[in-house]
Amino acid sequence: MDVELINIHKRFGKVHANNGISLTVKSGTVQGILGENGAGKSTLMKILSGFIQADSGDILLDGKKVTIHSPADSVKLGIGMLHQDPQDFPPMKVVDNLIIGSPMGLFPDRKKIIREFEELQKQFNFSISPETYVDTLTVGERQQLEILRLLWLGAEVLILDEPTTGISASQKDLLFATIRKLAAQGKAILFVSHKLDEVEALCSQVVVFRQGINMGSMTPPYQTDKLVEMMFGKSIVRSENVCEKQEDKSFEIEELRIDDVRLAIRDVNFCIQKGEVIGLAGMEGSGQALILRALAGILRPTGGHIYMIEGADGGRIDLAGKHYFTYRDHGIHFLPAARLEEGLIQGLSLAEHFALAEEQTGFMVDRDQVENLSKKRITDFNIHGTPESRIEELSGGNQQRAELALMRDPLRLLLLEHPTRGLDIESAMYIWGKLKQRCEDGASIVFISSDLDEVIHYSDRILVFYGGKVSPAFEASSVTIDMLGQLIGGKGWS
Amino acid sequence: MVTKPAERPESTGGLIRTLLTNRFSSIVIAVLLSLAATWIVISVMGVEPVRVFSIMLNGSVGSVDAVTQLLQSWVPLVLASSGLLFTFTAGLWNIGMEGQIEMGAIFAYGAIHFLSGTPLSGPLVIIIATFSGMLGGALWAYLVGLLKNYGNVNEIFGGLGFNFIADAVLLFLVYGPWKPAGVAQGSTKMIESQYWLPQLPGSYLSLWALGAAIVGILIVAVVLKGTYFGLKLKAVGKNAKASFMMGIPTSRYMLLSFILCGLFAGLAGSIQVTGFLHVLRNSISGSYGYVGLMVGMLANYQPWVVVPISLVFTALSKGATGLGIDLRLDSNLSGVIQGLLVIFVLLMEGVRNRLSRGSKGISHG
Repeated sequence: MDVELINIHKRFGKVHANNGISLTVKSGTVQGILGENGAGKSTLMKILSGFIQADSGDILLDGKKVTIHSPADSVKLGIGMLHQDPQDFPPMKVVDNLIIGSPMGLFPDRKKIIREFEELQKQFNFSISPETYVDTLTVGERQQLEILRLLWLGAEVLILDEPTTGISASQKDLLFATIRKLAAQGKAILFVSHKLDEVEALCSQVVVFRQGINMGSMTPPYQTDKLVEMMFGKSIVRSENVCEKQEDKSFEIEELRIDDVRLAIRDVNFCIQKGEVIGLAGMEGSGQALILRALAGILRPTGGHIYMIEGADGGRIDLAGKHYFTYRDHGIHFLPAARLEEGLIQGLSLAEHFALAEEQTGFMVDRDQVENLSKKRITDFNIHGTPESRIEELSGGNQQRAELALMRDPLRLLLLEHPTRGLDIESAMYIWGKLKQRCEDGASIVFISSDLDEVIHYSDRILVFYGGKVSPAFEASSVTIDMLGQLIGGKGWS
Repeated sequence: MVTKPAERPESTGGLIRTLLTNRFSSIVIAVLLSLAATWIVISVMGVEPVRVFSIMLNGSVGSVDAVTQLLQSWVPLVLASSGLLFTFTAGLWNIGMEGQIEMGAIFAYGAIHFLSGTPLSGPLVIIIATFSGMLGGALWAYLVGLLKNYGNVNEIFGGLGFNFIADAVLLFLVYGPWKPAGVAQGSTKMIESQYWLPQLPGSYLSLWALGAAIVGILIVAVVLKGTYFGLKLKAVGKNAKASFMMGIPTSRYMLLSFILCGLFAGLAGSIQVTGFLHVLRNSISGSYGYVGLMVGMLANYQPWVVVPISLVFTALSKGATGLGIDLRLDSNLSGVIQGLLVIFVLLMEGVRNRLSRGSKGISHG
């Protein structure tokens, strides 16, 4: 089925997320859609799949104009969207996940469905048992299930939104083979990504979005630097290692103990120097998140000390067991990964956030002052939005930059949970550039990331976590990805 | 902040859609719908709707007398509604407003009860009574807040519980220690007229009470819209966890919102005693707490909108009192109309949100 999107407009408040975007995807092709976070890719895909409606513009399927009011409409028309997070029901069986989404009435024929499912998955060399529970599947298998489900529902157009996040290399190969096969069967595929190599390897044509506008398209052979320029407006050079190391100590952590329902962490000892970046690496749930929250004062350690060094004579204050606000008052700032749950307040504007974050001046809020401050911060931190934009109207990258803009001075220790997760290279580099400035001012950074590249590239020193155990600090320059990968996986611990 | 309807550069569904998605016109439609529904209800009762409406209009704004009575009843309602804006803003449902008004009345009457006959001057006693009434309301609200913060008791259940307790205390006092000599009538004896708030000659209306209501709503508007306190309260209401992370002591703000709300409730209760009824009696709170919740919701928690809506609600119930006399209809009809109004406004709001769905609250990128 051919898909044509003509002159699509969509605004969120004052943000023009899709500004007259037109795009044609022919049956039997894999259309790559590139763009940084906030470029308008997801918005367009949500419009096509019925999650949101365009303000104006037309959608044509095989040349016929259609209106799509809901995801159910789009499924009926043969459009299926594979979301970044699997949209399934983990506590239920695979076959029940199929039945839920199907228009089969009160008494579905389970046997028939299972037979059809098995036939379908044989085509693609998947092996998912229909009677197994979804929560026992890996992310990659749940993705396969979702693809099968969409095909089973009769999808002729498949939208894949960042499908390679969180799946293994072999699952990725299988996914790519599947996509090629689907295209060969005559399906139209929309492949949304910000990973250049994947798009280049897979797609028969690529369009690039920037700030809600279609910047143009390219067919193989791809010129990577051209694509990058279309995405960002300029070529990117990876910046140098973040922090100039300064030798004086800022914090000393001694014999820190944390007891969690699932994990006991014992006797953590390390020091944090001024201007230093320490990366915490490990599989999710190995203890690094707990340590980070303990350092922020959110989680109370069951023993040990968090000393803050005061002055040149080495006098120190023990913060362990103190209230979270005491940590904040000492310039310790925590940036949570769950931005909209813990970091920012939905329903409040950017200006209101800045007013809240600043030192309170008197009883009344000075609107003009807040407005000016907001405008300055919005420019300084390259946030696409206005002081009146509500925080949930911003894209992920803009929300992240807003969080950085909210941090107050003086900053002594900055604790970051996945600071660049879900962001494209450009946004990530921007964030790290801002963080580097903070380091130069003497702040220290401790951060968690599941991206080993990021950990090695931006850290001065690295601590590895495995099942509640903490490694000694490694100099980042002496560490390779391979070595880190082995430690994270539990190899090489004495 | 009023949620602005999404900009729609091009017409996607014509005039009806525009009318339904515009905040103002959707409220007008809701009012018309509730009038129509009331019309049907009245017709079913076998009465001519036009007569009912004309009697109600007469009873509420038909004469100087009616208007002064309207304003008099408006005072406690607007105080209750504006107090509730504090708790609404903090994301809390202060169902305990009724009990807090009752406690305010009890404390105010108690102050006068113990101080009458002392050499203290009338105005001084009134001031003391007013402040102790506010104290009583605040205390009762504070207890609900404490239970929520430290006992993990949802404020809706806590508030409801304390309403029953306040009721019981009131009944005990009225039929017990403060019972007037002779037969118990569910009411104390009247306070001496020197302890009454001065009233306009020939009417029940006290300009002092009216002034208190106007100052009250002004204070709420300024505090909620212009101060750091108001902004922080709003932040706590929208996302307590993130607010805490940003350094706002959330429990303290929730407690403060209860106390502020209680102060307004107590003021309303004490004005019932000093400015209007001059006795302490059964159900002195007059359901103003519950109606106040509806007013707050209808006003979408905006201080300025509370003024006209509470006025309309008071007019409805004032106007309906004449129905019983003239048409032998139950004056509870006003409650039916108020209820229909709330339902239709909320319904239209749902329709509006549905039609403009997708134009807000969805992240993109």
